[in-house]
Amino acid sequence: MNQLTAFVQSSVGKKIFMSLTGLFLCSFLLVHLVGNLTLLKNDGGAAFDAYSHFMSTNGAIRVLEVGLVLGFLVHICAGLLVWWQNRQARPTKYETYRLKDTTPWASRNTIVTGSIVLIFLVVHLQTFVGGLRFTENPPSAYALVASAFSSGWYSAFYVVALVLLGYHLRHGFQAAFQTLGLRNKRYGGLLDAIGVLFWLIVPIGFAILPVYFYFFHNVSDATMALGGI
Amino acid sequence: MKITLNVWRQQNAQSSGRFETYVASNVSEHMSFLEMLDVVNTDLVKAGKEPIAFDHDCREGVCGSCGIVIGGRAHGPNRAIATCQLHMRTFRDGDTITLEPWRAKAFPVIKDLMVDRTAMDRIMQAGGYVSVKTGGVPDGNAIPIPKHVADEAMDAAACIGCGACVAACPNGSAMLFVAAKVSQLALLPQGQVERTERVLKMVKQMDDEGFGNCSNNYACEAECPKEVSVTHIARLNREYLRANLVKEEQKESAGGA
Ligand code: HEM
Ligand code: SF4
Ligand code: FES
Repeated sequence: MNQLTAFVQSSVGKKIFMSLTGLFLCSFLLVHLVGNLTLLKNDGGAAFDAYSHFMSTNGAIRVLEVGLVLGFLVHICAGLLVWWQNRQARPTKYETYRLKDTTPWASRNTIVTGSIVLIFLVVHLQTFVGGLRFTENPPSAYALVASAFSSGWYSAFYVVALVLLGYHLRHGFQAAFQTLGLRNKRYGGLLDAIGVLFWLIVPIGFAILPVYFYFFHNVSDATMALGGI
Repeated sequence: MKITLNVWRQQNAQSSGRFETYVASNVSEHMSFLEMLDVVNTDLVKAGKEPIAFDHDCREGVCGSCGIVIGGRAHGPNRAIATCQLHMRTFRDGDTITLEPWRAKAFPVIKDLMVDRTAMDRIMQAGGYVSVKTGGVPDGNAIPIPKHVADEAMDAAACIGCGACVAACPNGSAMLFVAAKVSQLALLPQGQVERTERVLKMVKQMDDEGFGNCSNNYACEAECPKEVSVTHIARLNREYLRANLVKEEQKESAGGA
């Protein structure tokens, strides 16, 4: 037990928790993306509604959901703790500090990109989980998505948040493997290649949806389905 | 060439420091950076002023004594050199250069540009050693080591303990230094006896000294005069994970001693 406490408190241990939760969140993103892409199927939302129904009723998914909430909490708490401790480690700042010359933007700003992802998360949950599970007579999932993305502001906010998620992952994906000790000269290149695919494709995949609904979807169908807003 | 220096002056650890400006008007581009500071200091002494204190010893990039943050970069803007290997030809006539000490909670300023790096010595004392048998000198090549392993260990052993990795890191983390030491010894057969204990103790000491957490920015690798690679940090993480998984077992086999 002593050893576990020491592990959790150590710098390396905290980062291992961050990397494991981070990769778990990455796997969630992938599943979520695949599910969301059913929105693009031209069937009036039948496939997406079925997916949404499955996700909110299946027992195994509900258990995983608890894991997901815990994963987010551990990741966020550890992230804030690490960030705070790292500020303490340099009490006197440099007068000139050219960190820009040696490190990528995404790596220097994980706390910024992470925090915006967090804000996004809250708004996102309020719209979709709030709008489907904690509302009387909820609309169909498809109708709710269509109506949310009929707002230009809301869609734009989504796209911006997803760009920042992309930057979070650009740093985070490779960093997680480094933290877990899985990067070496042999696989480093391969990991970077998978990393690029991941941090580019996942946010683009998600961003297609607000763009598609805002520009190409017939809004009146959606508002009608919602009973007119 | 004419160089304006904006130098951090601080009497001792207790006092608060400030920047002072000096103009070096007769600098040759062939001078090393430290020679330029020697000239500035000679002028200061002649004028009855306190010379700028900075660390140095070998002046050929092997001892790890020197270290100044020069224009916002640890050991200056060039790759793979220590401060003593930097030459004035890197700069242009009329440049203004800011000189600051390594900044980290674990490296208190002793005076001006000199910092106390004994935190790194304490990390070494915590675990950076190997057990050896006393007696006759062993044969040089008595223990076979594969070439690629020896090479990798040698790359880690190139670390001169200068602390530039800490100075460059946005988090004041000493991971590259500790990784170099852990990695070097974990790779070699001679380092196996303390392998598990070493990484646990060195990471513990590193944390206790107040160094920050690694956030995989890799600024350390970019500034390291010996180009120690961050793949050694991955190995340190791996060693740490491994040590935590196997340690219990070891305790038992030690018979509770
Ligand atoms: C879907 C959401 C998210 C995913 C997939 C994700 C993924 C990751 C990954 C893989 C890492 C790398 C861990 C490592 O360095 O080993 C990371 C780092 C980080 N994450 Fe997240 N993250 C997410 C959300 C958040 C949120 C909401 C925050 C809120 C504060 C956050 C804050 C951070 C910070 C500060 C770091 C850097 C830690 C450090 O200093 O090394 N992340 N993230
Ligand atoms: S790892 Fe490089 S920068 Fe860090 S102490 Fe060793 S030689 Fe200096
Ligand atoms: S003075 Fe020895 S490394 Fe610079």
